[in-house]
Amino acid sequence: MAVKQKGERPFIAADQTLDVGAAGEPGAVKPRNISVLGRLVRNAALRPWKIRLGLVIIGFFVLVAIFAPLIAWQDPQAFSRDALLPPSAAHWMGTTQTGQDVFAQLVYGTRVTLIVGFTVGLVATVLSVVIGLIAGYFGGLIDEVLSLLMNVFLVIPALPLAIVMAGYVTVRGPIPVAIVLVVTGWAFGARVLRAQTLSMRQRDFVAAARASGESTLRIVFAEILPNEIAIVCASLIFTVLYAILAEIGLEFLGLSDVTVTSWGNILYWATNGNALLLEAWWWFVPAGLCIALLGAGLAFVNFGIDEITNPRLRDASRS
Amino acid sequence: MQYLLRRIGFYLAALWAAVTLNFLLPRLMPGDPVLLLIARLQGRLDPHAIDALRLQFGLGSQQSLFTQYVNYLDDLVHGNFGISINYYPTPVSEVIGTGLIWTLVLVGTSAIISFLLGTALGALAAWRRGSWFDTVFSPLLTFFQAIPYFWLALLLLYILGLDLKWFPLGFGYSIELEPAFNLNFILDASYHAVLPAFTIVISSVAGWMLGMRNAMLTTLAEDYVLMAQAKGLPERRVLVTYAARNAILPNITGFAISLGFVIGGALLTEIIFSYPGIGFILLSAVQAEDYPLMQAIFLLIALIVLIANFLADIFYVVLDPRVRQEG
Repeated sequence: MAVKQKGERPFIAADQTLDVGAAGEPGAVKPRNISVLGRLVRNAALRPWKIRLGLVIIGFFVLVAIFAPLIAWQDPQAFSRDALLPPSAAHWMGTTQTGQDVFAQLVYGTRVTLIVGFTVGLVATVLSVVIGLIAGYFGGLIDEVLSLLMNVFLVIPALPLAIVMAGYVTVRGPIPVAIVLVVTGWAFGARVLRAQTLSMRQRDFVAAARASGESTLRIVFAEILPNEIAIVCASLIFTVLYAILAEIGLEFLGLSDVTVTSWGNILYWATNGNALLLEAWWWFVPAGLCIALLGAGLAFVNFGIDEITNPRLRDASRS
Repeated sequence: MQYLLRRIGFYLAALWAAVTLNFLLPRLMPGDPVLLLIARLQGRLDPHAIDALRLQFGLGSQQSLFTQYVNYLDDLVHGNFGISINYYPTPVSEVIGTGLIWTLVLVGTSAIISFLLGTALGALAAWRRGSWFDTVFSPLLTFFQAIPYFWLALLLLYILGLDLKWFPLGFGYSIELEPAFNLNFILDASYHAVLPAFTIVISSVAGWMLGMRNAMLTTLAEDYVLMAQAKGLPERRVLVTYAARNAILPNITGFAISLGFVIGGALLTEIIFSYPGIGFILLSAVQAEDYPLMQAIFLLIALIVLIANFLADIFYVVLDPRVRQEG
């Protein structure tokens, strides 16, 4: 009942609600969902170099993850007698104490990091969209309860909670870790979206939709949500970044499945194998650099979206 | 006043939520961690400790969940966190007590340094927008912000500790010293704290800087800043009293929120440096499946974060008269 014939009925556009800088025709009758998203993409391509740089970095790691078997010719798990060798032509990033190829581990590790990061980001963002929009739109007691929940999850320190939760889980591995990260990662986005929805529900196009008898669910998710796409994207990126860093932290502590090839586990085995004291810098430096690079890519996209939604942050003239 | 009362109400609710979460987690988990634990430690744990564990987790008891909950709350109020399994038979509260002071000093000092430094740098970057300082530093700090704390710690330990031998390789103080409150020990402890603190500052300063920069850019476009400039006031005065004073407000709330992250990051840093704080104890508790200790440490961290948030709220009221009036 909520989802009527999708996109069939033209509804009142609200171009002024999202300041993306492009010339919109206020009051024009056109399907808004596509136009807002389209403008965002167009603007992203035109405007901040930050988004482009960020997308290039993320894209690079996605390609590495997809084509891992073609890039790394060695088995990341295979032991060999070449223990603790510094980088060479045979082992581009040297080997571990058990003779595993660090380069192969790094390449294959990209997969786990990206899959966990993006899955957690997506699930937590969907959760924050639903909770944030419902709290903001309905107000009253519903809002009070949901806001309290968000604020509580924001103040309760996430990583210690994640560590304790991971400590209880008897099954170790990426899936329990992902669940823990969703639980601790949704609140931030929900709060931002609630605030935006609160201001959005006062706008004329929402009143118009209400007057024309649209169902509440449709107003919230088909009328208001498309206008908040930029914020949803920013929140998604932020959550992915959080998930990746926290996942690697948990893996580093040995709280995931330590036999999985992932960036966090490379660092776990490196510290467990005393890479530091053995001065085997090649064992732990590359993974950290990759994490920082991927993280910076995500952060750049995030800042770029911020600049689109908040025109004052743009690199235009000051006064 | 009413504002503060509402905030107090919120923090009490948050504290209750943390306590309840802590109570429910081990009971909600599939399987029974305590049963496994008892099986694993059979023979090494004396019957009293097993009984204590059973009571603490309501294992095999005929009590209803509610009665267990009431008992649990009663224990908490009396500071009774049970007995640590890892440090058996030391009470949990004693184990934590020794670690707490180390963490508080380390995290407290480095969080404040990084907040002040980052805010000042951010204000400057916004003021000199487009200058080399802004264009070089802002993206560079983005990169630093994405570096995991613990990896930076590893790297610094490798370069400054192992290679250059400028700093000790870990722990809170020299082993030959006995912890005591004298100048010799404090100097030694401070020396050991420099590298971990430096790590926390470097990796968290970027967040403050970027937050302050963005808040400043918004404030700088306000009419009263233009007005102050038009009046011909000295630049520094406009920067500090007009723009920065107002732009810092959101950063203070941000400071409160991110304290949780700082503590989380500091846990990992402590682990790398084998620093004798609660992070290090927490990891050893998790590894030893010392559930009473784990639970108590989580509660303690939550409590610290809540208190810090509350202090930030009070500070906010002092800085922004509008909050006081709204009520």
